[in-house]
Amino acid sequence: MKQSQDLPQFEDHSKQEHRYTTCYMCACRCGIKVTLEDEKIRFVQGNPDHPVNKGVLCAKGNSAIMKQLSPAKLSQPLLRKPGTERGAGEFEPISWEAALNMLTARLANIRATDPKKLAYFTGRDQMQALTGLWASQFGTINWAAHGGFCSVNMAAAGLYTMGHSFWEFGDPDWENTKYFMMWGVAEDHASNPIKLGLKRIKERGAKFVAVNPVRTGYQAIADEWIAITPGTDGMFALSMMQVLLREGLIDDEFLIRYTNGPQLVINNPGKQGDGLLLRDEQGNPQVWDQHTDGVQSALSADVAPALMGAYEAPCGTPVRTAFSILMEKYMAPEYAPIAASKVCGIDAESIERIALEMAHVAFKETITIDTEWTDWAGRKQTQFIGRPVSMHAMRGISAHSNGFQTCRAIHLLQVVLGTIDCPGGHLAKPPFPKHIVPPIKPAKGNAPNTPLESAPLGFPTQPEDLVIDENGKPRRIDKAYSWDAPIANHGLMHMVISNAVAGDPYRIDTLMLFMANMAWNSSMNTAQTMDMLRAKDDDGEYKIPFIVTCDAFHSETVNFSDLVLPDTTFLERYDTISMLDRPISEVDAACDSIRQPILALDRDVRSWQEVMVDLAGRLKFPAFINDEGQPKFKGYEDFIVNFERAPGIGFLAGWRGKDGDKSLRGEPNPNQWKAYIDNQCFFKFELKPNQRYMRHANRDYMELAKEAGWVGSTDQIVIEIYSETLQKFRLAGQGLYDGPQPTEEHHKERLKTYFDPLPFYYPPLEQARTDAQEYPFYAVNQRPMFMYHSWDSQNSWLRQIMSQNYLYMHRSKGEALGIKDFGWAWVESHNGRIRAQVKLMEGVNPETVWTWNAIAKQQGTWGLSDDANESQQGFLMNHLINELLPGEAEAGGHRMTNSDPVTGQAAWYDLRVKITPVGKDEIPLSEQNLAWPRFDKAKALPNFTPASKMSSYSSHPNINISRGWRDIFSRGEK
Amino acid sequence: MKLGLVVDLDTCVGCHACATACKQWNTSGTIGPLSDERPHGKDPSGSWLNRIHSYEVGDSPHSKTVNIPMSCMHCETADCVTVCPTGASYKREEDGIVLIDQDKCMGCNLCSWACPYGARELDPDSGTMKKCTLCVDRIYDEQLPEAERQPACVLTCPTSSRVFGDFDDPDSQVSKLTRERAGQQLMPELGYNPVNTYLPPRNPKQQDSIAVSPMQGVRQLVNRIINR
Repeated sequence: MKQSQDLPQFEDHSKQEHRYTTCYMCACRCGIKVTLEDEKIRFVQGNPDHPVNKGVLCAKGNSAIMKQLSPAKLSQPLLRKPGTERGAGEFEPISWEAALNMLTARLANIRATDPKKLAYFTGRDQMQALTGLWASQFGTINWAAHGGFCSVNMAAAGLYTMGHSFWEFGDPDWENTKYFMMWGVAEDHASNPIKLGLKRIKERGAKFVAVNPVRTGYQAIADEWIAITPGTDGMFALSMMQVLLREGLIDDEFLIRYTNGPQLVINNPGKQGDGLLLRDEQGNPQVWDQHTDGVQSALSADVAPALMGAYEAPCGTPVRTAFSILMEKYMAPEYAPIAASKVCGIDAESIERIALEMAHVAFKETITIDTEWTDWAGRKQTQFIGRPVSMHAMRGISAHSNGFQTCRAIHLLQVVLGTIDCPGGHLAKPPFPKHIVPPIKPAKGNAPNTPLESAPLGFPTQPEDLVIDENGKPRRIDKAYSWDAPIANHGLMHMVISNAVAGDPYRIDTLMLFMANMAWNSSMNTAQTMDMLRAKDDDGEYKIPFIVTCDAFHSETVNFSDLVLPDTTFLERYDTISMLDRPISEVDAACDSIRQPILALDRDVRSWQEVMVDLAGRLKFPAFINDEGQPKFKGYEDFIVNFERAPGIGFLAGWRGKDGDKSLRGEPNPNQWKAYIDNQCFFKFELKPNQRYMRHANRDYMELAKEAGWVGSTDQIVIEIYSETLQKFRLAGQGLYDGPQPTEEHHKERLKTYFDPLPFYYPPLEQARTDAQEYPFYAVNQRPMFMYHSWDSQNSWLRQIMSQNYLYMHRSKGEALGIKDFGWAWVESHNGRIRAQVKLMEGVNPETVWTWNAIAKQQGTWGLSDDANESQQGFLMNHLINELLPGEAEAGGHRMTNSDPVTGQAAWYDLRVKITPVGKDEIPLSEQNLAWPRFDKAKALPNFTPASKMSSYSSHPNINISRGWRDIFSRGEK
Repeated sequence: MKLGLVVDLDTCVGCHACATACKQWNTSGTIGPLSDERPHGKDPSGSWLNRIHSYEVGDSPHSKTVNIPMSCMHCETADCVTVCPTGASYKREEDGIVLIDQDKCMGCNLCSWACPYGARELDPDSGTMKKCTLCVDRIYDEQLPEAERQPACVLTCPTSSRVFGDFDDPDSQVSKLTRERAGQQLMPELGYNPVNTYLPPRNPKQQDSIAVSPMQGVRQLVNRIINR
């Protein structure tokens, strides 16, 4: 628009500069363009060229200024004041050199004696390739990030089924899908990409079905809302499966070509080898070939496998196809819609109808994309066939102890409809899909001054891969990869403190936490976790002797630390979002990105990346020192440029090669950072049209993937509807496995019950152990979109949107209990009770109550004033949840983790509660408007400057638009 | 010209991105700063030019959740302007944007009482009235890339639920959307003739399903000869 004559010159653009970087306020990692003037931020906006957010930005990104200005920012390293108690929050400043010397000495001693005594766990970080390498070089198996209490069920179910997964490793084909089903997205992963996608499908007239007990956020704009009972999604999915099977509405061509559905499974109940795949001498799985009417290799291109049927193998062993087992399982009466409706709270007609709607889209509204491509066997194909049904699932599936099998059930629905990596279906994002599963086994070693033999986290495929000792006891502090949680691919961060304090399986020396609020909202059972962090032995030594916390802000966990290492904000650091880690790829492009410092440091803090590389040199990790034993890298930037995991493969995939002209693979480029900065801080490698679909069986794609180091071979990735891996564990539970087997009865039971090679529905573990009469409500929580995946609720703009959470419940239930809107109620579980303020609503499953998570804060933390709503009225549901299952201990006193029995995923959403109104005379008047329990106020940190009572931020004085007097007088009142 | 916004209630998920984008741009804009009282204290409260309200319409099981972003409607009959005793509040002749001259505003609040949409907020620090300017300092700034000459809320909206344009131009996107999607004024009965329009939620998509006969019972799947 042409500027009107009377308007002033607004911005002095000559004083401004634009710099690009990557946001870090959640896991989306959007590209941002920052406008600076006078070293202040004028504006943070979405980068229109960026593959993730395409120019848009969420409420958090738009509040970045207030994150940067937070009074809770840590400003210097801190040491717990000698003679004071841990948790009392008394600290004295310490120099970086002294802090790092102290830490190096302590860690060097651990490394030289018993490396596993360092437990290093990281929170919502995006640098696991570096922290994992660091732990591996240190030689401790006790490392993991926060995935164990976040989304490992989703990642594991996807990777063990189809080689990619929901969210980070895959996305719905927003451009082509005609039917989109969203399961259990508690306003969580992902943020902007989902919003962009929902807009696209709404524009295009696709149907959007939302399955969620609560109708907020995305659910509000769904064409159909399914108010499912929490934790029963598996039953819903498998009941729809029955409808599809009953009507023969399956993509048999897809199942035969791309899955292990036709593979022959040994049918020898009660005998060794039962349920394993029939294999030839080369170890190849077998099918029943209809051309030769006999057994043939399942990997051959020339066979016509029978999808169904029972046969006899040449050796006389009875076998049947995996798909036949599937048919038998899901045609059982328990999965009939009428039976399922009683479990899920969804009427049988809707279960039938939605299944048949999906079938209509898949089979009557098929789309094709005419592109020549080469399949896994080298055969030219002329088109991609799309069955445009897609799905996305997240926290509401993940945070139940049946989440792994439920997520597999959802994937299975898509597989049967033939919607995997096809146009309109669920697409993988490079470097995925991977072979099932990636050939990385979790490390077991613990040798002094020796790096681990592999990464601490990997993908078990058999009991031999467990990280257990000769007595079958866990070797890891979190008991990941033990009989408690055999496929705990992200570790069990929520068990670390509890286990370490109990000395079960052993004591540790140092707990090092990065960006994880384990003394507050990231732990179950918060109050008792605080006690554990303070717990001492009879000799006065802390049960966890030394706690190191690295964070940018004054979190509750800072108070419980012995050494605090202050991190930078995301606008003050170099960083990589690497293809070796959790890249930002899109469905049609491999992408990675960097962060660069936008603002100069104004306090004595260092980025954790920099500190990691520094410590690695001081501790003389082999990969970090040169032949003279001196640190090899000058710092983080130098490390990123020059470290190669394999020849030509480094942290950044773009502008490799000496001259920066190579992509994905190439020798180090000394100017790589500059190349990224010149290209708006991201790298995008677009796939060719023939590489964009059916990648599990697409040679054009697989050859690229192999060259780039994403996969080890160009072999077809055969989708596993039937998981032989799970069956091996189940056989171990049955005492029929030729290898490690559990000795304890409860472990045997778990393996027999939950390691079903086909997904099934079972009630979540805690729910099954809780009296439903006594605790009639399901209790779950969500994170509001404007705080999703962030630890930023101290942000002064965002907290104006919400500074207090409520317990939301259905109006009819509130009325029946005599609880009014804004009334107070006791919420009680098997683990304890809390007092919370209630809001009544309509759009919630009537048997369910919920709240916004992590709004509550401890008084004195996060730079908030003592009367802040977060510490007065805000409440955590965490107090009601225990990290151990309720009820009787197992034989031998073993208390089982409150987690998924397959993956060890924290079962946050299995909670059941009872609710009673707070009586008028029950509590003193002074406490009637306060949440409970209450905690001692955390002390202010040294040199803390409280926020002012008024904040008026601007990067330049406002340019007022003056209304002329002539205008006032000539136009009168107008 | 008659500049204003179209807000699509069919796709607004209530994420508040537009609200904070607005706050961020305008706190350093023509009417900045937009101050915040007790930013880290009890009941933090600041001046915002755009807020999101979430409602439930109807009783369950037939309730519907609706998110409505609210900002100045740049009314054609702008009583907020009529009541201003100092002439600070005015509606521009050339494009219809309602603005407040910060140097002439004395913070008497009359305009906010006259506004039925709650669009005007008194800044707790400056004591002057603040409101949406349609980012007049973006849309007319020829030094910004052309694609960015949009209000901050429109640029940032992750579901593109906000569209900016000239309602006088029948071919503009705002005119077309309003026409084709039956865009509504909010509370037209009050007679302020707001310029901004809201697109109502679309009717839920009706999806065909495969017809089955309940009498057929279990259908037998048969093995077909399909080469791998």
